[in-house]
Parts: sequence; C-alpha cells; structure tokens
Amino acid sequence: MNKAIEISEVSKSYGYIHALDRVNFTVEQGELFGLIGPDGAGKSSLYRIIATLSAPDSGTATVNGMDVVRDYRKLRKRIGYMPEKFSLYQDMTVAENMAFFSSLFGVSAKENYDLIAPIFSQLEKFPDRMAGALSGGMKQKLALSCALIHRPEVLLLDEPTTGVDAVSRSEFWDMLATLREKGITILVSTSYMDEATRCERIAMINNGRILAVDTPSALINRLDENLYNAVATDMFGLLSRLRSNPDVIDCYTFGATLHVVGNDNFSAGQVEEALKKTGMEDVRIYHATGTIEDLFIKQIRDGK
Amino acid sequence: MENNNPAISVRDLTKKFGNFTAVDHISFDVGKGEIFGFLGANGAGKTTAMRMLCGLSFPTSGQGQVAGYDIVSQSEDIKRHIGYMSQKFSLYGELTVIENLRLFSSIYGMNRQSFRHASSRLLEELEMTDMQNALVKDIPVGWKQKLAFLSATIHSPEIVFLDEPTGGVDPVTRRKFWELIYKASSDGMTVFVTTHYLDEAEYCNRVSIMVDGHINALDAPAALKQRYNVSSMDEVFRIVAKDSTRSD
Repeated sequence: MNKAIEISEVSKSYGYIHALDRVNFTVEQGELFGLIGPDGAGKSSLYRIIATLSAPDSGTATVNGMDVVRDYRKLRKRIGYMPEKFSLYQDMTVAENMAFFSSLFGVSAKENYDLIAPIFSQLEKFPDRMAGALSGGMKQKLALSCALIHRPEVLLLDEPTTGVDAVSRSEFWDMLATLREKGITILVSTSYMDEATRCERIAMINNGRILAVDTPSALINRLDENLYNAVATDMFGLLSRLRSNPDVIDCYTFGATLHVVGNDNFSAGQVEEALKKTGMEDVRIYHATGTIEDLFIKQIRDGK
Repeated sequence: MENNNPAISVRDLTKKFGNFTAVDHISFDVGKGEIFGFLGANGAGKTTAMRMLCGLSFPTSGQGQVAGYDIVSQSEDIKRHIGYMSQKFSLYGELTVIENLRLFSSIYGMNRQSFRHASSRLLEELEMTDMQNALVKDIPVGWKQKLAFLSATIHSPEIVFLDEPTGGVDPVTRRKFWELIYKASSDGMTVFVTTHYLDEAEYCNRVSIMVDGHINALDAPAALKQRYNVSSMDEVFRIVAKDSTRSD
C-alpha cells in the first residue's frame, strides 16, 4: 500500500531565503502526524507543496502514491486543505460557503454529513450568518467542515490552533482524534510544543530542516540530558546564579520552575547546598522529566 | 509625583455592543512596575477591555485611569504615555532597524536629541548596535521581537501593553523575550500582557482570568494554584475557563 504522504529531498527557496532544505519524511495511512516548529520554520511552504499549490525546486512529494506536480488535478479531489489564514468567503453565509465547497467538489453536503456532523452541528443554528461575522472558534469549525465536505483521504491542517485558548485547543484535538478513527490521514502543524503528545508521530522542523521524526515518547527518550527542576522565591535571581555555574550547560524558565541542564560534574545536592549558604534558603533542585520543548531547546542550542 | 497611585485602576468597566455585553463590570488595579497577565478564553472580552485601557474605545459605563489619565476624558493623553505591541509585528520590513525606531519615536512626539539618546542606549543594552542599519525584513525573528519591544518602549512609557507578544515564536526566543519583560519591570515599567502560553502565566506577578466578560479569578499564580489545589497555571486556567458559555 502506498504511503499517505511521502516527502523526499524537498527543497524550496524564495529568492535567497531557503524555506525548505532537503526535507524527508513519510506519513502512514490513517496516521495523525504532527509537524512541530515555530513561525518561519517552513511549515506553510511545505503545506503549499503537499496541497499542490506550489512546486518544489527539487525533490519529490507524493500523496497516496500520486505526485503533487504531475498528478495535481487528481490529487485535489483527494485532499482537504485548511490554510493557516481563514480563507472562506467572509461575505457569504455559513450555508452558502458549505454549498459552494460542495459544488466545487461535486458532492452533496448530505452524503458526507456523518463526517462533519460533530463539527458542524454547532453552526447549524445560524445558517444565515456571514462567515466574516463568526467568532474565531466558529470560523475554524466552518473552515474544517468545508475542508472535509468531499471526504478527503488526507486532511492537511496548517496551524489550526494558533491564537486559540488552551481549553478550545484541547477540544480541537479531541475532534481530530475522532476524525482519525474514521480512517482519515491527518497532517497537522503547530507551534505549541505541548500539542506534540496528541500526535502518533511528529516531525520537528526549524529553519527549513527536519530535526527529528518519531513518536513523541521516543523523541523524549532521546533527550539524553541531566535535567533538573530548580525553584526558589527569587526565580530570576536563581536563573542568573545557575547560569554562572560552570557545571550548568543551560538554564531556562519552564513555567513554575527553572529547567537546569547539568554536565557530568553537576551535583544537584551540592549546588543546592552552595546556593543555600549564600542566602537562597528556600532553593530546591530535583530531577525533571524532559518534554518535546526541552528537546527543541536542546536542538536550537546545538545549532541544529 | 503620584507614586502611590496604581498604574491602572478600573471600576465596573463595561462595554456593550447592541444587546451583547462584551465586558461586564470588571474592576481591578495594576501596581506600578507590576507584570500583570491578562488571560481568558477566546471571546471572553480581553481585546475589548484592552482597547478601552489604551484609549482606543470608550466604555459604555464604568470608569478607569491609566497612567493617571481618565480613560474617557483623557484618552489622547493615555495614548502618549503608554506603549503597545501586538502579536503581529508592527514593524516596517522595508525600513532599517534605526529607521523603524525613529518612526516610532516621532509618532510618540520625541525630539531628535532625546531619540538619539534613547536609541543608542537601548540598542546597546540589547546588543543590537551592529544591526541598526539592517533592513528589518532581513533580521531573524528573535531580533524582530526585541525591536518590536523597543519600538513600543522607546519613549519610556509608564505602562506597556503586550498583546500575545510571543505567539508562534520558538521556545528559546520566547524565553528571551520574557527576560526582556523582567528587565523592563525591574526598571519600573508596568507590563500588561496577554498570552495563550500558560507557562508564561507563571512568570507574572499577578494574573486575571476573564470568562464571558467577567474577571473570574485574579491573584498571584502561587495563590491561584493553592486556591484550586493544582500544580500549574494550565490547570487553574482549565478549571476557571471551563464555565465559559460563549460560543467560541
């Protein structure tokens, strides 16, 4: 069986900016695959190539065995693409947008209704509302419904949760899990590192390069570091003190604690004692479990 | 001067659009030099509230002072005494670093001498002096962020409003930006910041959480975590925001 998505040595430049630099990865059939990286990493450039909207300078990309350049007409019926920027017709109503996208793909909204029902049900209450007048979360649901109306084999979602609050983000991921159960392959990108764990496998991307591809737990296991939490009342004082310690490779804020990366000589107990003696009486340093965000920080530190 | 007055003080601030109450009787104070995190679900009313605080829109009822000026009768004075930075970089890519700064300084009414003084000091502090003649579109995202912050604070405002300043930014740049915020705050600047990254809520002195136009929680992160008996602001947010009924 063909891979759902196969990206092989894909490069793309815009003028002198190398947006994508020999990108390789594959997405299996039915997989929920995440592309994790900050703004400017090259995520949207890659989406435009997979969605057949731009051609790579070199390398190949296929979706279900079909080439994105040669077979673009056939492919467009089989993929659903939701770009980062809201791109429905703002001056058409909810119902008009749905009707438009159905007729574009030559389907009726009814025949695939089971697929969109969990997402679209909340929008049905106002079919006559202009798309431009919907709230952010509702726009997102309408865009997703329109991307799904033709029951695509592969769903391409470019940063669907950017600017969305934590509770709504988590609801959106629940929705993706439901779609995945219906057999749709999903490629979803995000700049929120904590969303990586909602994917089966992820590719970490930065500066146009893929840093690593694997399951989130395997990637975290790869994080071969002496990682500790450090807390004290004066967090920013603690940060600068730890950074000046020669056995500390890196120290950065991590929510309620600091994360400390120590070298082989680093002893949490000794450092804690030394800090206590110099006035930081409430300091505590203890083992930390790494996350995808720690791995990303390490990769950037190592210049990857 | 009025050193004991809060930087921001609002009472029963309300904004209605037709029969929809976007902001519903919110009251709070922000102390001078404080880092105040303004959190809430999408559609909770954060942007509407922030626009009123910046003098860009008037309340339907209620009152408030920002930097000592009345938000209704002195909104033009407020605009001159605050800084504002949004998630979308408000910089001009075709201008150089120094040209961007000069533009913002003249918008804020600074004369040439004080601009020269402020820009050379700030560029040096942020180690950007070598970059001052580079076009903004060519500089890395981390520098753009620093520059956007500089542009919003070149006139040494009493308060700076940061609207999702770190959205989409890589984890290292995001952290460096927060160190910039800490530096500004320790120099006495008041920082009013919105974010969807809940680890960043931990870095604020105090945090408010808006739900359906109301402020449903307001305290120091440690106190909020204790009150809801959880270990992170992420959990606090989920507990407080889950009662949201607005459609978003």
